[in-house]
Amino acid sequence: MELISNKLNIDFMGRRKIALIVSSLFIIVSLASLLTQGLKFGIDFTGGTLVEVGYAQPVELEGVRSALAEGGFDKAIVQYFGNSQDVLINVPPTDGKDANKLSDEVFRTLKVANQGNEVKLRRAEFVGPQVGEELTEDGGLAMIYALGGILLYVAFRFEYRFAIGSVVALIHDVIITLGVFSLLQIEFDLTVLAAILAVIGYSLNDTIVVFDRIRENFRRVRHGETVEIINVSLNQTLSRTLMTSVTTLLVLIALLFLGGEIIFGFSLALIIGVVVGTYSSIYVAGTTLILLGVNRTDMMPVEKEGADQNAAP
Amino acid sequence: MNRYPLWKNVIVILVVLVSALYALPNIYDQDPSVEMSPLRGTVMDIPALQAQASEVLQKADIKLKAAGPRNGKLLLRFADPDQQLHAVDALSPVFSEKYTLALTTVPDLPGWLSSMNALPMFLGLDLRGGVHVVIDVDMDAAVTQAVGRYRDDLRDLLRKEKIRGARLSMLPNGVRATFKEVGKRDLAENKASEQFRSLKFDNGEEGGQAWFDALIPPAEMTALKRFALEQNITTLRNRVNQMGVSEPIIQQQGERRIVVQLPGVSDPSKIKEILQATATLEYRLVDTQHSVLDVVDGGPVPPASKLYKERNGKPILLKKRVIVTGNQITDAKSGLDSRSGSPAVFISLDAGGARRMMDMTTENVGQPMAVVFIEKRTVTREKDGKLIKVKVPVEEVISVANILEPFGARFQTTGLDSTEEARDLSLLLRAGALAAPIEIVEERTIGPSLGQDSIDQGFRSVMVGLLVVMIFMALYYRVFGLVADLALLINLLMIVAVLSMLQATLTLPGIAGIVLTVGMAVDANVLIFERIREEIAVGSTPQASIKAGYEKALSTIVDANITTLIAAVVLYSFGTGPIKGFAVTLFIGILSSMFTAIMGSRALINVIYGGRRVKRLSI
Repeated sequence: MELISNKLNIDFMGRRKIALIVSSLFIIVSLASLLTQGLKFGIDFTGGTLVEVGYAQPVELEGVRSALAEGGFDKAIVQYFGNSQDVLINVPPTDGKDANKLSDEVFRTLKVANQGNEVKLRRAEFVGPQVGEELTEDGGLAMIYALGGILLYVAFRFEYRFAIGSVVALIHDVIITLGVFSLLQIEFDLTVLAAILAVIGYSLNDTIVVFDRIRENFRRVRHGETVEIINVSLNQTLSRTLMTSVTTLLVLIALLFLGGEIIFGFSLALIIGVVVGTYSSIYVAGTTLILLGVNRTDMMPVEKEGADQNAAP
Repeated sequence: MNRYPLWKNVIVILVVLVSALYALPNIYDQDPSVEMSPLRGTVMDIPALQAQASEVLQKADIKLKAAGPRNGKLLLRFADPDQQLHAVDALSPVFSEKYTLALTTVPDLPGWLSSMNALPMFLGLDLRGGVHVVIDVDMDAAVTQAVGRYRDDLRDLLRKEKIRGARLSMLPNGVRATFKEVGKRDLAENKASEQFRSLKFDNGEEGGQAWFDALIPPAEMTALKRFALEQNITTLRNRVNQMGVSEPIIQQQGERRIVVQLPGVSDPSKIKEILQATATLEYRLVDTQHSVLDVVDGGPVPPASKLYKERNGKPILLKKRVIVTGNQITDAKSGLDSRSGSPAVFISLDAGGARRMMDMTTENVGQPMAVVFIEKRTVTREKDGKLIKVKVPVEEVISVANILEPFGARFQTTGLDSTEEARDLSLLLRAGALAAPIEIVEERTIGPSLGQDSIDQGFRSVMVGLLVVMIFMALYYRVFGLVADLALLINLLMIVAVLSMLQATLTLPGIAGIVLTVGMAVDANVLIFERIREEIAVGSTPQASIKAGYEKALSTIVDANITTLIAAVVLYSFGTGPIKGFAVTLFIGILSSMFTAIMGSRALINVIYGGRRVKRLSI
């Protein structure tokens, strides 16, 4: 079976202006959303208390809210978590109460007021404000370290312009993935951050495969413009690029629907990242190379100086 | 053409066999079990204890599945969780005085597997349920306490040397002694610098007064903080050990944090109370020279004394000097006072504490001595519209009694409200005091039902993802697709085996990492197969196409995977618990997929096509 013919010759780089406009548009919208409404950070980053309880039978949120209000937690945010038996309660810091005992008290309050519907503690999390701050800082640093490490590796294996090309593609992917989370106000927690770091790894994987082929073609095909060679390379790797994206997306979709509520954000971030990463490894990375003016002479293997001297009489 | 040398085939077969062997423990059931370990001071004779426990269980009509020693503890296995809980109910009245009983689950492995050290994967707290607590140690307070100790010691020294008229004050990193005369200052500084060789001294005159500073040098300050952290870890470990939790993890994180992980614990409140309790005792003499009524009426508090309240609210003046503190207590047991029948704690002191107690009680026979119970609680209060955390010290005089005769290392303390309180206090004293106050900065409790749900959902995702990818590959690449499928299965087997061997923690994001690896692992094969197709398209022979396909794809595969490895390493070094789990499975998955996709699939392809005439490839 073949989805993509080997003889296919799509003029990807001929449409690089359109791609540039599309990408810029996405990035502007993402940045605008990130700057105006920001990310909806989970308690991993903001600090706070949350409690997830599971009822034996479906429960009305109103009842839970009023029970909590009676217990003094009138500011608690109550919502279903995945189904109508699981309830997630977000508890703001409450005056006169020990922050790290809030979750115990919330659960005890609900247990007393359960009206015959047995309730069990599924999860309780408390994150102190300073821990959240540190995490935000460490998360940003991790992202920078990952990008830096990759930049160095690609510069070492290819050439600095390829390194810039791949990092531009990565930043593009990360900004758009974050942008979707900001636009849709989906909760951004620690697992989503992990997913974004994984996206960096994945998207790069794609880009490297394309770059590898571009380098090979520069060395093998002795004629042809830069644009043409990039086009040929993209067409040659297209089948593989799509194939890998499809298999990865298949498992991620399985994870999104079957993996449970806790890793929903994680799966979603990866799905967005894989889709955007596939697009960027085709358009963004190649376009950046053209903009940076890569040509054949950059790609030739370094000739050994010593060999020349020995050959001379 | 396309034949693997024997050694390569042997390596592939060997890796598959070893992986299968070490992945095997994961399919065995887990037995609900009870683990019995001795409390401090109890000598455990496992066979005898086993016989006793079996007898108790038999009487209670609880069926024991198996019993025996494990890691120096006695392990009792049961058929189901109900029996396990009944067993604890039956055993604790008999054994809880001398042993801790911990609930745990242990895999029911056949002997030959256990003897190979093969174990199932180690599940993280988010999968097995339990409490994860991150504790912050208040280093400033640790320093202040150390400075306070130096001030007390300096005061003792000056008194002993009969140098009077010094005013001592605490600096952030040392003690300042101020004198009216330079001569006295010089004398005092001389004596002090002889006594406290580790401190740095400095002096000066100001406004007709002479002073010297005894300062803690930076190196010692660092050592002091490290010691405070280590001491706290030891104390917390002691406390946790007393609570009866199986396989607890207590680790340092960074310079001032401690992580405590308690698997299987479902009620975090009691645990937090005990972890956080800074309760300790102080023994002080009662100030009998001054009238407490004068002070209550607004009179000045005598400089060497401090006003306290007894439990019934009655004020009392105590000497500021502490005879012994909780730090010097080596053992504490709760029980009942033989004379009054009221709850009591029986206390043993270390040598230093015993000597001081002996000295003080000898000098003060007939005088009253008080026991102060000190506890610090953290509460949130509103101040200027902001919520702030305040540490509220609670100090109560729990008992005052006349010293009837001198005593030293062993004595008892009464005045506690209930036997429960006596037991809690003895636990705290036995486990030792915290060297510095602590605060819980992060807590995650995962109920057992959520953990099991996560395992089930994760397992289902892996299976469905695997199946879909396998069908897709088989349809797309036919025979080669089936080879890639087999490589994928072996890859999964290898991930499980390596995780089991390393006993690396498997978390929910870790399972997600496995799912992701399943999707990405076929990438290497896709790269190779596409290359083979290209070679066929340009007219190479089937055998040459296979060879060229594998060779040309190799460097691309390595380059592409190394970058993902970089991301995994960064994730690991920055991440906490669950994220680390993700990084670990991603890392292992990438490495194992490179092995299976390149070497494993080639070995299979060679068996199928190698060394014979092939007209066309099924790809």
